[in-house]
Amino acid sequence: MSSQAPIEYRAIGSIRGPLIVVQDVDGVGWDEVAEIRLSTGELRHGTVLDVDRDLAVVEVLEGTAGMRLDSARVAFSGSPMQVPVGEGWLGRACNGRGEPIDGGPPITGGERRPVAGTPINPAQRAAPNEAILTGVSAIDGLATLVRGQKLPVFSVGGLPHLELAAQIAAQAHVAGEPFAIVFAALGLPHADVHSVRSVLERRAQLGDLALFINTADDPVVERIVTPRVALTVAEHLAFERGRHVLVVIADLTNYCEAVRQVSAARGEIPSRRGYPGYLYSDLASLLERAGRIKGLPGSLTQLPVLTMPAGDITHPVPDVTGYITEGQLVLSPELYARGISPPLDALGSLSRLMRHGAGPGLTREDHLEISAQLYGIAARARQAADLAEVVGEDALSDADRSYLRARTTFEREFLTQSFGEARSVEQTLDRAWAVASLLAPEELSMISPPTLEARYRPASRDGAPDPTR
Amino acid sequence: MSGAVVTRVNGPVVELSAGEGLAMRDLVFVGPEQLPGEVIALEATRAIVQIYEYTGGLRPGDRVHGSGGPLTVELGPGLLGGVFDGVLRPLHSVGPHIERGGASRTLSEERNWRFVPTIGIGDLVTSGSKLGTLPESAAIDHHVLVPIGVEGRVEWIVPEGDYHVGDVVARVGGHELGLSQRWPVHRPRPVSARLPPAEPLVTGQRVLDLLFPVARGSTAAIPGGFGTGKTVALQQIAKWCDAAVIVYVGCGERGNELADVLQEFEALKDPRTGQSLLDRTVLIANTSNMPVMAREASVYTGVAVAEYYRDMGHDAVVIADSTSRWAEALRELASRTGELPAEEGYPAGLSSALANFYERAGRVRTLDGAIASVTVLGAVSPPGGDLTEPVTSHTRRFVRAVWSLDRDLAYARHYPAVSWRDSSARDSDGLATWQAEHGDPGWGERRTQTLRLLTDADRVESIAQLVGADSLPASERLTLRVARLLREGVLQQSAVLPGDEYTTPAKQRALLELVLEVHARMQALLEGGTPIARLDAFDLSPVVSARFETTPEGAAEVNQIATELIGALDSLEGRR
Ligand SMILES: Nc1ncnc2c1ncn2[C@@H]1O[C@H](COP(=O)(O)OP(=O)(O)OP(=O)(O)O)[C@@H](O)[C@H]1O
Ligand SMILES: [Mg+2]
Repeated sequence: MSSQAPIEYRAIGSIRGPLIVVQDVDGVGWDEVAEIRLSTGELRHGTVLDVDRDLAVVEVLEGTAGMRLDSARVAFSGSPMQVPVGEGWLGRACNGRGEPIDGGPPITGGERRPVAGTPINPAQRAAPNEAILTGVSAIDGLATLVRGQKLPVFSVGGLPHLELAAQIAAQAHVAGEPFAIVFAALGLPHADVHSVRSVLERRAQLGDLALFINTADDPVVERIVTPRVALTVAEHLAFERGRHVLVVIADLTNYCEAVRQVSAARGEIPSRRGYPGYLYSDLASLLERAGRIKGLPGSLTQLPVLTMPAGDITHPVPDVTGYITEGQLVLSPELYARGISPPLDALGSLSRLMRHGAGPGLTREDHLEISAQLYGIAARARQAADLAEVVGEDALSDADRSYLRARTTFEREFLTQSFGEARSVEQTLDRAWAVASLLAPEELSMISPPTLEARYRPASRDGAPDPTR
Repeated sequence: MSGAVVTRVNGPVVELSAGEGLAMRDLVFVGPEQLPGEVIALEATRAIVQIYEYTGGLRPGDRVHGSGGPLTVELGPGLLGGVFDGVLRPLHSVGPHIERGGASRTLSEERNWRFVPTIGIGDLVTSGSKLGTLPESAAIDHHVLVPIGVEGRVEWIVPEGDYHVGDVVARVGGHELGLSQRWPVHRPRPVSARLPPAEPLVTGQRVLDLLFPVARGSTAAIPGGFGTGKTVALQQIAKWCDAAVIVYVGCGERGNELADVLQEFEALKDPRTGQSLLDRTVLIANTSNMPVMAREASVYTGVAVAEYYRDMGHDAVVIADSTSRWAEALRELASRTGELPAEEGYPAGLSSALANFYERAGRVRTLDGAIASVTVLGAVSPPGGDLTEPVTSHTRRFVRAVWSLDRDLAYARHYPAVSWRDSSARDSDGLATWQAEHGDPGWGERRTQTLRLLTDADRVESIAQLVGADSLPASERLTLRVARLLREGVLQQSAVLPGDEYTTPAKQRALLELVLEVHARMQALLEGGTPIARLDAFDLSPVVSARFETTPEGAAEVNQIATELIGALDSLEGRR
């Protein structure tokens, strides 16, 4: 990596977990990249975690299995880790360190950038606005994704979050402007990677997809580097090439576990559930790379997917993520068990930036009103359902019963959508109106009279209107 | 101090070979890029420094330069309307990304200020007294003060005219004084006396001003899980509260939120002065992806700036979002220096650090004799929403008001999600007295009555969930209905509806009186034998919409609605 032949060090004092301590070093800097050559000739990579006089602690990306104290040679590159950037990544599939796994040549570019990134100056950020449309009603309609936003999916093992992530990555678009998807798979099983790749096949062929894959059996430490490589490539495409880039990361929980594992190996004092106290800052260093910059055309949007261990939203991984992101999309096992897919829990989900991306002049003029109304309906229907559990459905008022009916239509006609189906905003919002129109107009308090006049279509006596009409 | 070199680099924590010549909290510059850092531990042959920047590439053997003093910031005209990092380096003049090692000056050297001296040659002046005045923004007069530690006769002073911050404008007791001065952020600026809190800080947010008020110079914390509305609430206060100067510290939070604040504050007008809100605001931004160690400094920098404006006689408010991120920076530092952890990895010094921070709030008599204040408001972000965790529980001990946000309320889109059960306001009795002396003797009683109604309704609600609302006695059904009216018509307040964003005290009072009056009349009707069904059929929706269908100042409009509605209620009785 460096122009002069670097000095090779042979004295490894100890090996613990993914860490090695190199002795008698001179002039090694913190966070520098190291190359470790094993006696077998195999080359591994690492970064400097701590340097104390002539000792350097190096974290080995590929892990330390098979390494011996006396036979490895370590050379330091003189600078923190960098990757080449450019459009050469588009259409390519790489491993978690950015090495091709698609049989093509290595990706090289004129320019290289440090994977750690440089923080965006908050005073030069442009506030996110305008939507990225995913073609998924539950998201576009209720929790619109805005360019420059970071909006995670909170799921639970066994739910179809990967299918949803792949669908979003396959369908997402911005009207008429240059776009790209960067997909980073972290610690996913091979079978999942396979199905994600097949869904994204077309997008890869079109050349607006870059794929980074760290599978479940790949080295744990590499998992810490993968999102950084992906984001560095994405930032360049966004802020230097003017594309709107959507970065999908799955599964962030695997990333956090890798962070925890490395922290434990370093002997650090754990905070909640064994995760290090800096988990927040560490995750923020990834997620805050989303944004828009004043005077530049592109944007970087992030949609990380995570599974909540034991479905617990107060677990450190979803909790810390929720404190960093601008809202969350929550999937519900209870809905899924009732056959609703994607099982988006409307009340638990929120896109905090939605009003900057949806509504008059952005999507459709009635969008914010009807989506607020759907939330209202969901909230009221939940109360009615709770009450029905106590007093029985028969004892409910007519109004309460109409809410339960609206909820059924909401779940079956609005939320339910196959993973291959892309819906336009028009279609999504028309379905939303089909739900709202099941209620008496005076129940629709979040909708202004002119909008109601224009959009309200009450059901005919003998059943729900056909939303696809 | 010459000759000190780096011996160890562990992320932002760096060890130096020689501690000699250094003092605790001294500012040093490390390595070829002169990364700024602060000495946080000293031994005979070793010093530990926290670096405010990314330390990648820093290596043992790199040289260190001392500044010869603690971390100081430059205070002077030009802070208002600006955006700065945690050590007050201007962010407006930096490119789209923050490269490290930049050492730009806080205040613009080019800007001209119209300085009008208020003292003459031969006058005797002391620390903190006024030399002269300049209009820093259309809203704020900036008084140039004699720096702390300087006093004596005015040997000469410039005539009225345009000057730069770098110009010498006076000589006092042998010291040449300019328009700006430096101050070590960790040290409270001296005052002549601390005074007890007396007047309310009007936030314009109804649930706060009516139920959980905070006095000028007091402190409040706003704990709540993610998404419960801390930032929105603090931003609303920053926009609409009746202080003169706002120092908004975005500490370890989102960059997009700061972009939003900048954009909105620039566009919005302060209803009291008619000037852009940015003109009274200083923004300090250390977002979550900026170097962690500068977070530690940023909250102190914020308070120092606020104290500086206080010393000119202004009421200042410091908003820190989020103090939890600052506490986490302390924790990270402690763990990297091997300090023994107390609770959940936090250092044992956490509670005293929190206490010291909040203690810098206060209503004071300044050295110049003015009455002024610094109010400190901090967000707290408890992990997992657990209010027993160390930062939340220690903070509760040191602040005067706690605005606890409730996840269930936020989930039901009841914003601001301030819990009436878990919130408190220790200033409320004193402020009730103040209100009584200022024309509203009923203030305290209304507050008590409102809180009682809300708690009663919670109790009835839990019964209703078991038996169904229909089986409740009529008076309890009325309680439920009025409590709902209270929640929807008074306590809920949208941050985005123009009429609702803020509410003047007079309109707040009118809205609350309306609901309480409806309750009283309906109770009387019930007792007089009117069936509850008649009352249930009575349309109360004008009460719910009054808050946003009138202007923020629309007390008279609300009273008009009240007169009509109460009239209609009274005619119910007539028709019985
Ligand atoms: N007064 C309000 N009016 C309307 N919407 C609100 C209000 N308060 C909160 N919200 C909604 O709640 C969302 C989250 O609020 P906010 O960003 O203040 O949460 P937070 O407590 O600061 O969360 P975090 O800890 O993650 O920063 C907002 O984006 C907005 O959609
Ligand atoms: Mg917040």
